[in-house]
Order: sequence, then structure tokens, then C-alpha cells
Amino acid sequence: MMNYDSHNGMSRQQQAMLMDIQKLQFATLDLALYLDTHPNDPVALYRHHEYATHLKQYREAYEAEYGPLSNMTAEMGDTWRYINSPWPWEM
Amino acid sequence: MFIYDKKLQYPVRVSNKDVRMAKAVLNQYGGADGEASASMNYLTQRFNMPLNETKAVLTDIGTEELGHMEMVATLFKKLLEGATRDELIAAGMGGYYANHETCPFLLDSDGVPWEAKYTQAKGDPIADLYNDMAAEQKARATYENLILLTDDPLVKDTLRWLREREIVHFQRFGEGLRLVEEYTANKRYF
Repeated sequence: MMNYDSHNGMSRQQQAMLMDIQKLQFATLDLALYLDTHPNDPVALYRHHEYATHLKQYREAYEAEYGPLSNMTAEMGDTWRYINSPWPWEM
Repeated sequence: MFIYDKKLQYPVRVSNKDVRMAKAVLNQYGGADGEASASMNYLTQRFNMPLNETKAVLTDIGTEELGHMEMVATLFKKLLEGATRDELIAAGMGGYYANHETCPFLLDSDGVPWEAKYTQAKGDPIADLYNDMAAEQKARATYENLILLTDDPLVKDTLRWLREREIVHFQRFGEGLRLVEEYTANKRYF
């Protein structure tokens, strides 16, 4: 496991919120792969919908607080925070 | 991480099949100065960049180049759509067809396979950014040659758009280079 105690100025809350997004994104992606070969599976469809919906909510909450995770997210502040949040290889 | 968006960055259309032109555009897929080389260059070099501005510009341009690979592959595929055996052989694509049918493969127009030697990651940000500015100019020149090789206005439209992106990328890399030069001027002593 990675050490989440102190990294690159990220607070414990920011680290925890990012980890939640990583978990939800992985669950959504893994179900998407399954659906690619089982496009009518009702259980997988339900779970993908659930995870994708939660992922959207968690991303919006994180990005409002800490800035965009993607350069396609609208920046609501007065500076482009996308470049200054920690890069993946610096966390 | 990377997430796929199921659409092209800009529409790719052709008026007619054109096997000879398909072979020529393959250069921008798997050639030395093609989109695969550009993407692998930038997405690799970003790990050694000292400034957030240049990390961002290499990440975002390297990602856009993946979209350009998809556009060039789409153009290749559409230019071959409906081609007959005789047309493939006449255009020198018989050997290609035997190996890959009409699937885009990482080769240049002469059949030379793509290799990592087409990319550079010196680790030195100034050396890498100069390399990237040169790479964009070489890709621009290739697109200009391709535009001269076709009379199809739809193919020209796609190629002109890709050419324009090379110029925009060159500008951004130039700005990144200036920022790195200012930064290193204050930081490094020999």
C-alpha cells in the first residue's frame, strides 16, 4: 500500500476523497469491460449505473474543492488550478 | 489515467477511395514524424519536466496526439474502403494487404515498422522541448506534402486541420521552453 500520510501538500481529506474516486472509477471501468461482452446483463447494468452515478457526484465535490482532475472540467476559480495540483508521479 | 471519448476530435471524410493516398497517409500513423512518435515522445518526457506548465502541456498535447492517431487511422481506413484487389496491387499495397488486410498498422509508407528510436527523452527539459518543437515542424511539413498529393477536398480539409494543430503545438512548446529557460537561468550554475 502507498503511504498516504504526507504527500505533496495534499491534506488527509484530499487524499481520502481522491482514493474514493479511484475506487469508484475502477469499479465503473471493470463493469464496463464486462458489459462490453455482456451488454444485456441486468445486474452489471445496474451496478455500472450505480457506480457511474456516484463517481460523477464524488468527482464534482472533489473538483469544486481542489480544482479540475481533467482539462475538460470547467474551472470555477480565477486561476487554472489543473496545472498546480499534484501530478500522479509526485503523490 | 486515460479515458476514451467515443468520437473523433475532428471529422474525417473522403470523397472516394484512393489506395495510393492511403499508403501516403500511413506515414503520419507509424512514420518517424507521425502521431504515434509524437504521443510517445511527450507522454514520456513529461515525467522529467521541472515546471507544472510544461508537465501540463506535454500531458495534454501527448493525449491529443492519441486522438490524431485515431483520425489518421480512420482516414487510412476510409481511403481503402471498397478498394479492389487490382487497385491494391497497382498501388503497391499487395504486400501490405497480405500482412494486415486493411487494418492500420504502425508502419511508414515504405513499410518500415515504427520503433522507439523515433522518440527522444533526454531527461533535460531544454533539450526535450527543442526536440518537440522540431517534431511539430517535421509533422507540419509532412502534412503539407500530403495535402499536395491529393485533389480530394474532404481529405485536404482533414489534413489542413491536422497541419494547423502542429502549429499550435509548436507555439505552446515554445512558450514552455521560454518558461524553462527562465527557470533554469535562476537555478543552475556550472
